[in-house]
Amino acid sequence: MVPLLGAFLASVLGWYRAKLAYTVTLASVGFSLAASVTVLVDVLRNGDVQYRLGGWAPPIGIEVAIDPLSAFVAVVVTAVALIVLVPSRQLMANELPAGGGGPYASVVLLLMAGLTGIIITGDLFNLFVFLEIASLAAYALVAVGGGKATVSGFRYLILGTIGGSFYLLGVGLIYFMTGTLNMADAARLLPEVQNTTTIVAAVVLITTGLGLKMALFPLHQWLPDAYAYAPSAVSALIAPIVTKVYAYALIRMYLSVFPPSYITDVLPISTVLVILGMTGIVFGSVMAFAQQDIRRMLAYSSISQLAFIALGIGLANSLALIGAVLHIMNHAVMKACLFLAVGSIRRQAGTASIPQLAGLGRRMPLTMGAFTVGALSMIGVPPSSGFFSKWYLIQGGIDASNWAAVAVILISSLLTAVYFFKVLEKIYFGIPEHSQNEAVNEAPAILVIPTWVFAIAMVALGVVNAFVVSGILDKAIGPNWGI
Amino acid sequence: MFDDFLARYAYWLTTVLMVIGLYGMLGKRNLMKKLIGMNIFQSAIILFFIAGSVKEGATVPIIQGGHHEAIDVAAYANPLPHVLMLTAIVVSVAITGVALAFLIAMYKRHGSLEEPTILGDMQ
Repeated sequence: MVPLLGAFLASVLGWYRAKLAYTVTLASVGFSLAASVTVLVDVLRNGDVQYRLGGWAPPIGIEVAIDPLSAFVAVVVTAVALIVLVPSRQLMANELPAGGGGPYASVVLLLMAGLTGIIITGDLFNLFVFLEIASLAAYALVAVGGGKATVSGFRYLILGTIGGSFYLLGVGLIYFMTGTLNMADAARLLPEVQNTTTIVAAVVLITTGLGLKMALFPLHQWLPDAYAYAPSAVSALIAPIVTKVYAYALIRMYLSVFPPSYITDVLPISTVLVILGMTGIVFGSVMAFAQQDIRRMLAYSSISQLAFIALGIGLANSLALIGAVLHIMNHAVMKACLFLAVGSIRRQAGTASIPQLAGLGRRMPLTMGAFTVGALSMIGVPPSSGFFSKWYLIQGGIDASNWAAVAVILISSLLTAVYFFKVLEKIYFGIPEHSQNEAVNEAPAILVIPTWVFAIAMVALGVVNAFVVSGILDKAIGPNWGI
Repeated sequence: MFDDFLARYAYWLTTVLMVIGLYGMLGKRNLMKKLIGMNIFQSAIILFFIAGSVKEGATVPIIQGGHHEAIDVAAYANPLPHVLMLTAIVVSVAITGVALAFLIAMYKRHGSLEEPTILGDMQ
């Protein structure tokens, strides 16, 4: 609740003092991070936190409910956003019209307010409002790039609005059947009416709506263009966290609104998610391999990684779900690192086309080093964090006796290796055609340091993952969830 | 069959509106028409919420006197869906505003709002 207030306050400040805008952004996101960490510690020690907005008791008033899962996601999102925002001024400088800093900063803060709101809210309709705040900010940020970015931003807006509207319809159906919008209250009342067509329609609408927002295959069409044409600082901010938060909203729906038996027994939603997840993983990897633009490649790889999360939800057991939530964190860190590295490449070399990256490994050793660590983590090389989320997903697959899923996860590592090695090979061993990359220098420290923070975080999170799982996620999900 | 249709005519109407809106968003080539489709779709959802909360013979939910006496629930309309829809209207206005800003930017650049023309222009 505190991060929200801070974000809104700072966005107002950002309008009036454009010069201070970036500082204000950093300060308020930093404040959000501090608040999230405090709340996480508090939740882990004393149990769930509930806060009644306006002092009304939950079924009537809007409630903010924070359990270990939401606190954990809040910490991940604010931490990643904070580090990405540090170099955003340098990255945006070339891509914004003069005087664009103030509005840019305030839109970023609106995005953060929307995302933290989605994470902490305990109210179905409130979630819709925050969903639209975050999405609107994201559309605007994508379109800042101008030209192609505006077109892809408009597409994103149309599809995102369909997603949001579907979600709202689903919430309406739930409200008509149960008479409540509070998540905990709805979860209490839903089992009585769970076999009616209305609730079945509600579950399907909400799943489709959030699936569209999180770019779940085959609802991903908006994503590659949006990520590829947005300014570098924006794709580094949006790619790691926005779709992850929508994925979290989907987990939240299944975990604490609908009865657990619902997605496994009453409706074949988990089966659908598993099949879509498996198709999406393979499709995303294959498409990533076919791309010539490194940003499009990363975007398709995002689709494939989001499919991992969907697969983890669909397998519907604790281990797979832990894998999915862990993957939310790991993928956020990995994608932030990779997109920041690409941002540095674009800034220094002025290109994002893979064939033109030849020889940059020697010109920008630090940036490319971080990119390599990110790539290795995406593939899932053991000491890095990417390995462990896949490890849990595979265990979940074995638990659910779903051998096809296990096979797809293993094959996907291979596919990921193929498309990343294509880039790494160009970077380190490619011979530049002309002397085009001779004059390229290493990116300034303000870009290199955040990129390396993520690179080191990947390895560190891999090392401490046992603590993260036993200390936070076990409490968040519980050992006996699902089947 | 026809009685069933008559009894729920409001829902049929909103469903038809929703499908028209969805078709406009996905099927039309002109970006402005896509945006109009989006507005129809959102209006349909608003009407759906309102239609779902109708109470025959109920009045405005303003309760006279103190609120210690028991309230006859059937006599007052439920204000919550209406309030939610006010919020939804605000959200849809904001989205329309942002979308119009995008459209203006695109029109200035490409001189057209036909999707094939813009895509052809971008190549």
